[in-house]
Amino acid sequence: MANQSESHEAEHEYSAGLAVVPADKIADPGLEPHRVRMTDKSEKHEKKAARQVTGWFVISAVGSIAAIVFYFLFPINADLGTVRLNTLAFGVSAALGMLAIGFGAVHWAKTLMPDAEVAEARHQTRGSEEVRARAIEIVNLANNESGFSRRKLIRRSLYGALALFPLPGLVLFKDMTTDANPSGTLRHTMWGNGVRLTTDPTGVPIKAADVTLGSVFHVIPEGLNDREDKLEQKAKAAVLLVRLDEAEIKSAKEREWGYDGIVAYSKICTHVGCPVALYEQHTHHLLCPCHQSTFDITNDCEVIFGPASHALPQLKIAVDNEGYLIAVQDFQEPVGPSFWERTEK
Amino acid sequence: MSNATANNTEVKRNGFLGGTANYLDERVGVAGILKEFGRKIFPDHWSFMLGEVALYSFLVLLLSGTYLTFFFQPSQVPVIYDGVYVPLKGAEMSIAYKSALDISFEVRGGLLMRELHHWAALLFVAAAGLHMMRVFFTGAFRKPREINWVVGFALFVLAMGGGFTGYSLPDDLLSGNGLRIIDGMIKAIPVIGAYVSSMLFGGEFPGTHIVARLYGLHILLIPALILVFIVIHLFMVVIHKHTHYSGPGRRDDNVVGFPLMPVYVGKAGGFFFLVFGVLMLVAATVSINPIWLYGTYDPSPVSAGTQPDWYIGWADGALRLAPTHIEVVTGNYTWSWNILLPIIVLVVFVVLVAFYPFIEAWVTGDKREHHVLDRPRNAPTRTAIGAAGMAFYADLWAGASTDLIATHFHVSVNNVLTSLQIGLIVLPIIAFWATKRVCLSLQRKDREIVLHGRETGRIIRLPHGEYHEVHANLDDHELYKLVDFVDYQPDVARPNAKGKITLRARLRSSLSRFYFEDRVAPVAAGELAEARAHHDHHEVAGHDAKAIH
Repeated sequence: MANQSESHEAEHEYSAGLAVVPADKIADPGLEPHRVRMTDKSEKHEKKAARQVTGWFVISAVGSIAAIVFYFLFPINADLGTVRLNTLAFGVSAALGMLAIGFGAVHWAKTLMPDAEVAEARHQTRGSEEVRARAIEIVNLANNESGFSRRKLIRRSLYGALALFPLPGLVLFKDMTTDANPSGTLRHTMWGNGVRLTTDPTGVPIKAADVTLGSVFHVIPEGLNDREDKLEQKAKAAVLLVRLDEAEIKSAKEREWGYDGIVAYSKICTHVGCPVALYEQHTHHLLCPCHQSTFDITNDCEVIFGPASHALPQLKIAVDNEGYLIAVQDFQEPVGPSFWERTEK
Repeated sequence: MSNATANNTEVKRNGFLGGTANYLDERVGVAGILKEFGRKIFPDHWSFMLGEVALYSFLVLLLSGTYLTFFFQPSQVPVIYDGVYVPLKGAEMSIAYKSALDISFEVRGGLLMRELHHWAALLFVAAAGLHMMRVFFTGAFRKPREINWVVGFALFVLAMGGGFTGYSLPDDLLSGNGLRIIDGMIKAIPVIGAYVSSMLFGGEFPGTHIVARLYGLHILLIPALILVFIVIHLFMVVIHKHTHYSGPGRRDDNVVGFPLMPVYVGKAGGFFFLVFGVLMLVAATVSINPIWLYGTYDPSPVSAGTQPDWYIGWADGALRLAPTHIEVVTGNYTWSWNILLPIIVLVVFVVLVAFYPFIEAWVTGDKREHHVLDRPRNAPTRTAIGAAGMAFYADLWAGASTDLIATHFHVSVNNVLTSLQIGLIVLPIIAFWATKRVCLSLQRKDREIVLHGRETGRIIRLPHGEYHEVHANLDDHELYKLVDFVDYQPDVARPNAKGKITLRARLRSSLSRFYFEDRVAPVAAGELAEARAHHDHHEVAGHDAKAIH
C-alpha cells in the first residue's frame, strides 16, 4: 500500500515552541517485560478460567429465559404492586442476562486472550510532501478547469444565490406563532372590572367575609375553567389572596387597592414565571419555590431577596353587592417574567 | 505482525464461514477492512472506559427510546383520564401525560423502559462529562486532537439538549415548570424575547404545541446530530489512533496496547453488556421520575424542593445566584440582567471550555503532535485551571439546591445563597492555588524518588554509630514513568521585524509566565548519574539497596 513506502520517509519537523528539548534525557528502557499470568503458566488455571467464562454465559442464558418467563408469569393489572413486581422480576433477570455476558466476555479477554502489550508505529497526521503537492495540484486543476477564480461574475453571483437560498426556509417559520403582537398579548389577562375572584381550581366565588385574617386563597378569575385557552389564561391570571391586618400594610396604595386588609397579588413570579406559592404567615413573605425570590406582601410585594427584580403586580379588588370579591380592573402592568417591552407605555 | 500472521494463514473458501467471508469480500472488500483494522492496537487504561460508557449509554437510549415512541403520543389535547391509576381518575390532562401514564401502568415492561431511558440519559451526560474531564486533565486535546475536542464538546451540549427536550415531554407538573423557567429566560432576551417565546410555544405559554415540537427535536434532530458527531468523533480516533499514558516504550510515534481482534472485541464488546446490564438493573430497582405523583401540568401549583435532572442543575443554580434588583429599565425597554447575566456567565464558561485547546496551543507554541498523555501533575497550571473550572461548576450546581441545603442543615437559605455567591468567585481561586501547589509538590516528590530512590523503611547503623535509612533505586521502567514528560519554560516578549513589541507578544509572554513560571523540570540523565554516584560514594547503603532489589 501507498503508506508503506511513505512510512520510511522522514517525518516533518515541527517547532517545539516553549518546550524544553532535553539534551540529556534519561534513556527509554523500552516496554516492561511481560508478566506471565497464572492462566499462562498452569493448565489447571487455564481450564478453570475457561469453565468460569462458560459459566457466565450459561448464567446469562438462564437470566434471559427467566425474563421471558417472568414477563408472562407476572401480568400487570389495576394493582400497582403488580407493575412493581413485573418491573423488578423482568428487569433484574434481563439485567442478569446482559451482565453475565459482560462478565464472561471480559473475563475471557483478561485471562485467556494474550495480554502482552504490543507496539504499533504511528505516523504523522499530515500527508507526505508528495501527497500534499498532489492535493494542491488537484485543487489547482479543479480551479482551472472550472474557472472558479477566473470567472468572477459566476463566482459572485453564486455567493449571492447561496446566501439567499436559505431565507425562504426561514420565512416558513413565521407561522410557528399566529400572534402578531406577542408582547401586547402578555399585557392583558382575564381580569377586568366586575370579574369575580374564584377559588383555584374549583372556580367557586369567594366572599370577602370568608377570607379570615391570615388565610390564603389561590385564586382564578370566574369563567376560567370554561375557556378553551384555560392554561394560557391561568398562566397569567393566577392570583394569591391574603387577608392582612390593615395596620400591618405599609403601603397606602396597597391598602387602597385591597379591601378591608384583603389584598390580591399576581402569583406568577416576576423572575422566570414559577408560581409564587409559599406564604410565610408570621413574616408576611411570599416565597417562590423555584429560585427563592422573596416578596414582602405588606409592602407592595417588593422583592426583598432572590433573583427577581421587580414587585409582583397587585390586582385592585372590591366587593360586589352580594358580598363577593371582584376585580376592579385588569393588572396595570404585565404579570410574570420581564420582557423587552414590559415597561413600554 | 499482522503480515506475518496473514502469510501463515491459508485462505479457506469452503465451509459456511469461509463462504460468507468470500461472498462479502468479493462484494464489499471485507478482507481489506479486516487487514486494516483487525489488529489495530488500542492502549489499555481504565480512564479510557469513560467515553465508552457514554457511547453505550447512547445506544441504550436509542433502543429504549424507540420502544417508548411506539406508545407515547406527543399531543396536548385535553382528555379525561380513565386509566388504572386511581388517584388521577377523572382528572383532565393532556394526551401526552396520559400516554406517559399508560406506558407506566398499562404496558407490561413500559415503566421499566421509561426508567431505563431516564437512567441511561443521566449516565450518558455524566459519562460524557467525566470523559471530557479525563481528556482535559491528561492533555489529550493537544495537537492533533483539538478539533476532536470541539466535536466532543458539541456532543456534550447536544447530550444536555437531548436530556432537556426529553425531560419536558411527559407534560407533568415538574417538566412544565421547567419549561416555564425556559420561557422566562427566553423572554428576557433583548428586543426579540417575547417573539421567540411566542414562536417556540406557538402563542402564549404553555400553548398546545410545545410537546410536539420538542418531540420532533428529541426523537429526530438531536439524536441524528449526536449520531453524526459520534461518527466524526470515532473516525478521528481511528485517524489519530488512541493516546496512551507516558511510560517506558510509549512514545509519540507509536501506540502500545492490545489488538482490536480479539482482545478489544472481548473487552469492549463485553463492556457494552456490562453498561446495558447495570442500567437495566438500576432501572428495575430504583424508581425515577414518578410522573403520576406530580400530576398534569398546571401553571398555578408547584412543589417545593424539586430538583432538575443533574446536568441542568448548574444552569438553574446560575439563575438563583444572580443578585437582586439588577434589572435596568432604559426608557421604554427592559434589560433583564438578573437573567441575562447568568446566561452570559454560562455561555462564557462553555466557550472557554470549547476553546481551551487553542489557548494552550497558542501559549506553548508547540506544533508537535502529542500522543503521550500528561500525568495531571506534570501540567500543574492546566490541572489547576481544570480544578478551578470544576469548583466554579460545583458552586453553580450547589446553587440549584440552596433550598434543600437550607432545610437539610437547618441554616438560613439567605446565608446559603450569599455564601455560594461569594464561593463562585473565591472557590475557583482557592482550587486553582491549592491544585497548583499540590501538583508542584508531587512533581518534586517524583524528582526526589528518582534521584534518591524509594524509602525502604530499613534502618541500618553504620560502624561509627550513625543511623541511616536505606533507599532503594527504582528500576529503569518505573523510573522512566517519572521522568518522561514535556517541560515548558516561560518566554519573554520579543520585538518583531519592525523592532516593536506587539500587544499580542506581550500577552503571550505574560500567559507563558502564568503557565510555566513555577516549573519542576524532569530529572536529566546527568543529574541522575551524579546523584547515584553521590549515594554510592558516600553511603554504604547504596550497594545494600541494590542488593535488595
